[in-house]
Amino acid sequence: MPAFIGQSPPRKEAFAKVTGRARYVDDVVLPGMIHGVTVRSACPHARIRGVHFGEGVAWDEITVVTARDIPHNVVALINDDQPALADGVIHHAEEPVVLLAHPSRALLERARLAVRIDVEPLPAVLTLEDSLARTAVAWGEDNVFKEYWIRKGDVDAAFARPDVLVVEGEYATGAQEQLYIEPNGMIAVATPDEGVTVWGSMQCPYYIQKALMKLFDVPPEQARVVQLETGGGFGGKEEYPSILAIHAALLARKSGKPVKIVYDRAEDMAATTKRHPSRTRHRTAVTADGRIVALDIDFAIDGGAYSTLSQVVLSRGCIHASGPYDVENVRVRARAMATNTPPHGAFRGFGAPQSIFALERHLDLIARRLGLASDEIRRRNFVQRGHTLSTGQVVRDDIDMGAMLERALSTCEWHARRARFAEENARGGPVRRGMGLATFLHGTGFTGAGEKHLASVVGAEGLPDGRVRVLAASTEIGQGTSTIFAQIAADALGVAYDDVEVATPDTRDVPNSGPTVASRTCTIVGKLVEQSAVSLKAQLIGAGLLPPGYDGAQFRAACARFVRERGALRATAEYVQPRDIAWDEERFVGDAYGAYSWAVYVAQVAVDLRTYEARVEDFWALQEVGKVIHPLLAAGQIEGGVAQGIGWALFENVVWKDGRMQNDRMTDYIVPTSADIPPIHVVFEERPYAGGPAGAKGIGELPMDGPAPAIANAILDATGVSLTRVPATPEAIFDAMEALRG
Amino acid sequence: MRSDLADFELVRATSVREACERIEAGYRPLAGGTDVMVMLSAGKLAHRRWVDLWGLDDLRGIEETPGALAMGALTTYTDLRRHPIVVREFPMLVQAASETGGIAIQNRGTLGGNIGNASPAADSPPALLAYGAELGLVSRDGSRTVPYDAFHTAYKRTLAAPGELVARVIVPRAAAGAERVHFYRKVGPRQAQAISKVCFAACAEKRGGRVHDVKIALGGVAPTVVRAVEAERAIVAGEPSARVCEALMRVVVPIDDVRSTARYRRRVAENLLRDFLGHVGLAS
Amino acid sequence: MAEPIAFRVNGRACVPGVHPMRRLLDVLREELALTGTKEGCGEGECGACAVLIDGALVDSCLVPIAQVEGREVTTIEGLADGETLGAIQRAFVEHGGAQCGICTPGMILAAKALLDRVPHPGEPEIREALAGNICRCTGYIRIFESVVKAMEPRGERGAP
Repeated sequence: MPAFIGQSPPRKEAFAKVTGRARYVDDVVLPGMIHGVTVRSACPHARIRGVHFGEGVAWDEITVVTARDIPHNVVALINDDQPALADGVIHHAEEPVVLLAHPSRALLERARLAVRIDVEPLPAVLTLEDSLARTAVAWGEDNVFKEYWIRKGDVDAAFARPDVLVVEGEYATGAQEQLYIEPNGMIAVATPDEGVTVWGSMQCPYYIQKALMKLFDVPPEQARVVQLETGGGFGGKEEYPSILAIHAALLARKSGKPVKIVYDRAEDMAATTKRHPSRTRHRTAVTADGRIVALDIDFAIDGGAYSTLSQVVLSRGCIHASGPYDVENVRVRARAMATNTPPHGAFRGFGAPQSIFALERHLDLIARRLGLASDEIRRRNFVQRGHTLSTGQVVRDDIDMGAMLERALSTCEWHARRARFAEENARGGPVRRGMGLATFLHGTGFTGAGEKHLASVVGAEGLPDGRVRVLAASTEIGQGTSTIFAQIAADALGVAYDDVEVATPDTRDVPNSGPTVASRTCTIVGKLVEQSAVSLKAQLIGAGLLPPGYDGAQFRAACARFVRERGALRATAEYVQPRDIAWDEERFVGDAYGAYSWAVYVAQVAVDLRTYEARVEDFWALQEVGKVIHPLLAAGQIEGGVAQGIGWALFENVVWKDGRMQNDRMTDYIVPTSADIPPIHVVFEERPYAGGPAGAKGIGELPMDGPAPAIANAILDATGVSLTRVPATPEAIFDAMEALRG
Repeated sequence: MRSDLADFELVRATSVREACERIEAGYRPLAGGTDVMVMLSAGKLAHRRWVDLWGLDDLRGIEETPGALAMGALTTYTDLRRHPIVVREFPMLVQAASETGGIAIQNRGTLGGNIGNASPAADSPPALLAYGAELGLVSRDGSRTVPYDAFHTAYKRTLAAPGELVARVIVPRAAAGAERVHFYRKVGPRQAQAISKVCFAACAEKRGGRVHDVKIALGGVAPTVVRAVEAERAIVAGEPSARVCEALMRVVVPIDDVRSTARYRRRVAENLLRDFLGHVGLAS
Repeated sequence: MAEPIAFRVNGRACVPGVHPMRRLLDVLREELALTGTKEGCGEGECGACAVLIDGALVDSCLVPIAQVEGREVTTIEGLADGETLGAIQRAFVEHGGAQCGICTPGMILAAKALLDRVPHPGEPEIREALAGNICRCTGYIRIFESVVKAMEPRGERGAP
């Protein structure tokens, strides 16, 4: 019987956070520290003719770094195509060109404005449509960063069947800003002896270390990365902090002083990564009784100017494009396209929300075409245990989506509410109500062979006072890493939650447990925490120090004694891919994920026909996520994800002009406030997954997938207007209503 | 923080007269800072010399007379929301105040600042226009009262002379026995902490079930907040709602910007007018 | 151009010599080393920098320090009594009101400003009172819950 798993102890760092004592990067001041700023390009695509340092600034007092100062000008990630500073050619607006450092921020701002980048403009590709149409070339010969195909069954033969109806649709989603409330920031120190050390806000310390090692051509011990308290990430601090760390380190190296760069909100919004805009075309063959026979999907995402993580985002979007449905014939063509906009990047859901939006909207369209209810079309097509998904993966999860759907519908009184709204709407008042549904899955951990390649490692060490410290590079960014690791380790060790501490990620001290992304921290890394704890315990048992049926005090005594007498008590665990998982990266065939989380989400929406505002009035989120480690944190993850989903569905509209974000301030980029969020009813089903600690699966990304399609489907139910694009702003709803009227 | 404070000067006025002298000498007034400080942080505050009014208690307080309410320019949104007579008799001011920013903004933003800043999307000016407000302006040489609907002359321009300061905002109280209908609707991008796309305020006085006087004002649809005088006349003249709409739309000349589109603003303005007409029993 | 500006923070007098237009936020963080007050947007939109002046909630990024002369400022650092948390802080710890923590100081002060004025607010009042404080992590639900729980009487007494 677990003592802490399934309970909700206070989060480890809660006291520091509610008292204001938690130290975020902007709270840290090092002796002699100076500030850094970035001079960025204004145009989206151009050849640099020269950089001029204007008059009225004491340039000799300012540390200046350009591409020429960089040993190996690349931000290492996957394809290593992005320079740390533009050299010769600018590929997107807001691209870093020059770095400046000085003790006075006021003087730096003056200097930043005095730098003039003299350019010769080149033709630019500013939208996904233009990139697909190749109006100009932003990458290679055809603007395609990466293309994947999924081919299951015989799609063309299925469309040729005489008994099928073909339904087509096109769907689009816009960019979305992560809008963590703490902007990106980094502090760097560089010394000839110790190399570079950076402290900052981040999700993936070892990504940053890899980038620093490559750029400065130094071994790992000369590139130390330390995470500070991190004020939210949501993917936005997955890859971007690498470039920021490089910038701070370059300035620190050149100036010989500690350098802090903290972006203000405008710079963070304009220059850093956002969710990939997408466009999805669906062609579906469906029988008259609502069985989907074939899905033919063309999925494209806008990667921006450098390839960064786009191919990985693409693969997740591609695999999730066919949803939790049992379809014999599936073809997905997926392309990540280049444009001359700042690179798009990781954001909660990582491609899946985009392709799931298209599919779940399209299903409602099919249902209408067939005269079926939106719950019924799903009920008739759910995948069951033993069926295969689009990649040929056999579903092994103990899942019953049909039963989950019934439970969700009954919890939200789906039929009764719909009947009531239909009656009320028929009376013709100014406010129309509707209910919308989305059913979906989300793969846990890295896609395909990703976890095998990562080969994550976690450690546990005994402390002199008998407590145990978990060593992992997985970051606490608000989602509860430190807390759940401590719960998992405490139960594995048989000690109290308070007797486990979780080390601050510092590449000098903790092993590489992989990036904090992809809903992998709890399941994949948590399992390693469990294993390392078990292994540590085994050492104490092996040493004869732990009696059978020991209690917490006896464990502490044994641990302290071991450390005292033998020096160090340490155990590690490394990820080994289960033997029954197989993935063919070339053909996109096999087990795309070790496990999936499954969900049914329902939105109740009211649309005001006077102002065309859609408002989510009530929301139900039912999901199967394996064992829930910490019910309070888990509910918080779902609620927070749903809120971001509501934002993406209704408000969050990045306005572009010439490849630059126009609404780069919180006044004009609208995220939900406390007045915009409905009650969110969170229900968990728990079917333990053998691959996760105590049976846990992934949870963090899942809630991002469902809200947008559920809300758009509810708008359709309320008004008869089918919105094929999010955000469904009042302006978009108005335009769609006008178009419907003709 | 993108500004260099060395470029700026802030002097604290100790009297209204001193403030006026400063303004005449080229200083600009700073009240609750909810606009000025935003510009300062963003490095976009063009004006360099500022005079701080915050300490001037002469510009605070809400005074009542039998016929009117005179509100000091430093009256905050929070003050408006908590004042019993404002709550009872001028509910649109309370609604506008409660829909301006969040609590922290309402504690600092002032009526005078909102007027002086002259944003076409401000929330309280349409309500003030619909209540037929007047402004008490002061200068070193004296004071004068001007009708508020003449105050905003063009985008971010007002008829305040150099050296003149908005000191009071006066709203007439309803005549005894008059039945007032208040209709205020702010349409922003979300439920709270939002800048208006369209703001519609109307106050009708009815006698014997008939509208004999009405004032309608809008924000977000023109370079300034605007009164829809022709639409008001059409209503009082009993013209059909299509004609009232036509008249209204002559002052609704919005633009496309980062916050909305012109066509959306036009349609919403029209829809809100129809909603108002229904509200006062003039079915559309 | 710096002038001495006298005011009190969390009950203690201070007289930093600063430019009168300096943002209260910067004075707190940079002159007084009170870094619990955070900057999220610099335009009064997110509420991360919220503090109390004479008990009223303000965004400290929008307050020129000149206007703080003679006032009493309360920051997050002033809410706990040593290591004993205030009721709102305790509720945030126990009920999941804090995730990444960056909005938490401002959020707690917004809740305090509400509860000091209205001891038993309903949910609409709580939603309205917190609407100027953006949280990107929680979806606000656990924050509402924390504020509701902070109102409940408890056996032991902590700091206010």
